[in-house]
Amino acid sequence: MDTETVKTPNNSPEYTEDKSSDEVGKSPYQLALRRFMKNKLAVIGVVTLVIIILASLAAPLLTDHDPTDSEMLMIERPPSSEHILGTDGSGRDNWARLLYGSRISLIVGFSAMFFTLIIGVILGSISGYYGGKIDGLIMRFTDLVLALPFLVLALTIMSLVENITITLFVTIIALVSWPNLTRIIRGSFLSLREQEFVLGARSIGASDMRIIFRHMIPNAIGPIVVNATLMVAIMIIAESGLSFIGMGIPQPQPTWGNMLTEAMSVRILREHWYTWIPPGLCILVTVLAINFIGDGLRDAFDPKSNQR
Amino acid sequence: MATVEEKKMTQTEQESIVKVENLKKYFPIKGGILKRTIGHVKAVDGVTFDIKQGETLGIVGESGSGKSTLGRVILKLLDSTEGNIFFEDQDITKLNNKKMRPIRRDMQIVFQDPFASLNTKMSIEQLIEEPLLIQTDLSKDERKEKVNSLLKVVGLRPSDRLKYPHEFSGGQRQRISIARALAINPKFVIADEAVSALDVSIQAQVLNLMADLQEEFGLTYLFISHDLSVVKHISDRVGVMYLGRLVEIAPKKAIYEEPLHPYTQALLSSIPDTDVDREREVIKLEGDLPSPSNPPSGCAFRTRCPMAHERCAVERPELIHKGDGHYVACHLYDDEA
Repeated sequence: MDTETVKTPNNSPEYTEDKSSDEVGKSPYQLALRRFMKNKLAVIGVVTLVIIILASLAAPLLTDHDPTDSEMLMIERPPSSEHILGTDGSGRDNWARLLYGSRISLIVGFSAMFFTLIIGVILGSISGYYGGKIDGLIMRFTDLVLALPFLVLALTIMSLVENITITLFVTIIALVSWPNLTRIIRGSFLSLREQEFVLGARSIGASDMRIIFRHMIPNAIGPIVVNATLMVAIMIIAESGLSFIGMGIPQPQPTWGNMLTEAMSVRILREHWYTWIPPGLCILVTVLAINFIGDGLRDAFDPKSNQR
Repeated sequence: MATVEEKKMTQTEQESIVKVENLKKYFPIKGGILKRTIGHVKAVDGVTFDIKQGETLGIVGESGSGKSTLGRVILKLLDSTEGNIFFEDQDITKLNNKKMRPIRRDMQIVFQDPFASLNTKMSIEQLIEEPLLIQTDLSKDERKEKVNSLLKVVGLRPSDRLKYPHEFSGGQRQRISIARALAINPKFVIADEAVSALDVSIQAQVLNLMADLQEEFGLTYLFISHDLSVVKHISDRVGVMYLGRLVEIAPKKAIYEEPLHPYTQALLSSIPDTDVDREREVIKLEGDLPSPSNPPSGCAFRTRCPMAHERCAVERPELIHKGDGHYVACHLYDDEA
C-alpha cells in the first residue's frame, strides 16, 4: 500500500515516458533502497557505522598494544607518541581499549537486537495472526515483562551471576527488552490480517506459515526493520550504562561503557579528558549514526511519513 | 446474450453447485471488563439459496446488508455461526483449513479493492504463480507458461510478468486478481464488489471479460454488488438482501420487471433512468438501515415498509415460491398461497 501514492501514474506529475523505462520491474524493495540512498543523513550514518565497524575489525592493525595489558609504571599518562590517547588508571593503553572496546559494544548491540528480533517475530506474529486466546496469553506475558523495571531486573540477574560473559550479558538484556518489538509486530499483523490480500491468500489455500512468511512479514518489514535498527542503538546505550556502573562486562575486558567508569573520579573528569572523552564520543557518534539510519529506513519504507 | 441463455436451458437446470441452508453469521459484541459477549451483530441471518451450475447469481443490497460477509462465509474465510454450506453436494460447513485446501481449488474470490487485494511486495508472476504453486504439481516451466497464458486471457502482456502491482492501474490490477483467481481453473468464483471501485468505462471492460471467461471456462459466479445496473447486466438470477436476510430471489427478468417485495420495488425505483418521457414513481424509503445488532422483530424491513401491518411485527416472513423460481419473503404474498 505504501508505495502506490507515489507511483500511481495518475497522481504522479513526473510520470513520463523516460521514467517508465527506468522504473519498470523495480520491486518495492529496490524503490525503498533508492529512496534511502537519497537521504543524505542516512547515508552519512551508514558510512560512519561502516568506518566504526571496519576500525573494530582492524583493531590489531591500528595498535600494537594489548588492551588488557597493564603496565604498572605507565599509569594515567597523558597522550604521547607511544600511547596516542594516554593510559588509564591501570596503565592500559586507551587507544587500544577504545578500538577493542568497539568490538564488544557492537557485538552486544547487534546480537542483542538479533535475539530480540527473533523472539519478537515469533511471538508477535503468532499473537497477531492467530489472535484470540493465544494472543491474550502472549500479550499478558508481554505486559508482565514490560512491567518489570529494566534496570532493576538486569541488576538483580547480574548480581546473582558471578562471571558475566558477553553471551550471558546479551541474553539477559535481550530477555528483558523483547516486549516492545513483539508488540509492534503484533500490531502490524493485526491490521494486515484483515486485509484482502491475506484473505485472498487464504482463499487459494495457502498454509498459515506461507501466509505469515510470504505475505504478512514482507508487508510489515518497514516497522520491523526500523525498530530493529533503533534497538541496536538502545542496546549499545544499555551496555554502556550497565558497564559504567560496573554491572556490565567486567574489567579487564574493554568496552566503551566500562572505559567511562574511570570518569567517576572527579579528578580524572577534570584533568584527564583523554580517558573519557573518546569513548563517550564513540558512543554518541555510533548511536547517532544508527538513529539516522533508522529514520532513513522509516522514510524509505513509508514515503508518506516524509511528505510534509 | 442469447447464446448464453440457450446454453443454460440445455444444461440440466436442477444441478446446483453451491447450496446454503439457513446460513447465519453473528459477530459477537464484546463489552465490559471481562470482555463478555453482550450482543451479536447479525451480519447474515438465516439465508437459504442455491446456485446452479454455470449461472450467475447476483446479490444486491445496500451497505451493511451482509452481502460481503455472505461471500466470505461461503468461501469459509469466515466461520459460519449456524446453517450449512454445500459445495457440489459436499457439506463443507465444518471442514478445517487442511480439509478445505483441495476444495479451494474449485472456489475462488475476486475482491472489491484492487489496491488492497494484491500483495504489493510480490511481482505479477509471483502473484499469479502462487495458486499454482500451492494447488498443483506443475513444474517451473509449466507454471511460467500458464502464467503467460493467463495474462493473455485477461488482456495483459506477458512482459508485464516482472512488474509489481504499483505499476498498474485499478482496472489492470483487477484483471490480475481475476487471472490469479482463474489460475487453478475454479468452477465457482465469487466476485465481491469486483467492479465497484472502478471507473464506469473500466467496469464495462472487466464485466465483459468476466462474461467471456464464464463462457470459455464454464464458470459459475456469485456476483455481489450494490450496483443494480451492474447486476442486471451480468446476472441470470438476482437475490436481494436486507439486513442479513434474503428478501427476494428470482430470475433477473422477474426481479427487474415485476418485483414483489416492497424493498425490491423501492430499490429498483431508485435506479436513475435515461428515458425522460417515461412516468416513474420513485418510492422513497424513510429512515436508515436498522442496526444489525438489534434488528426489528418479525420482518426486518417493517420499520421502513410503506405496506407494513401488524403481522409484520410479530412473525418473520419466510421465502415462499410464487412460481417460475420467484421467491419472496413478505407477508403481503403468503396468505394467498
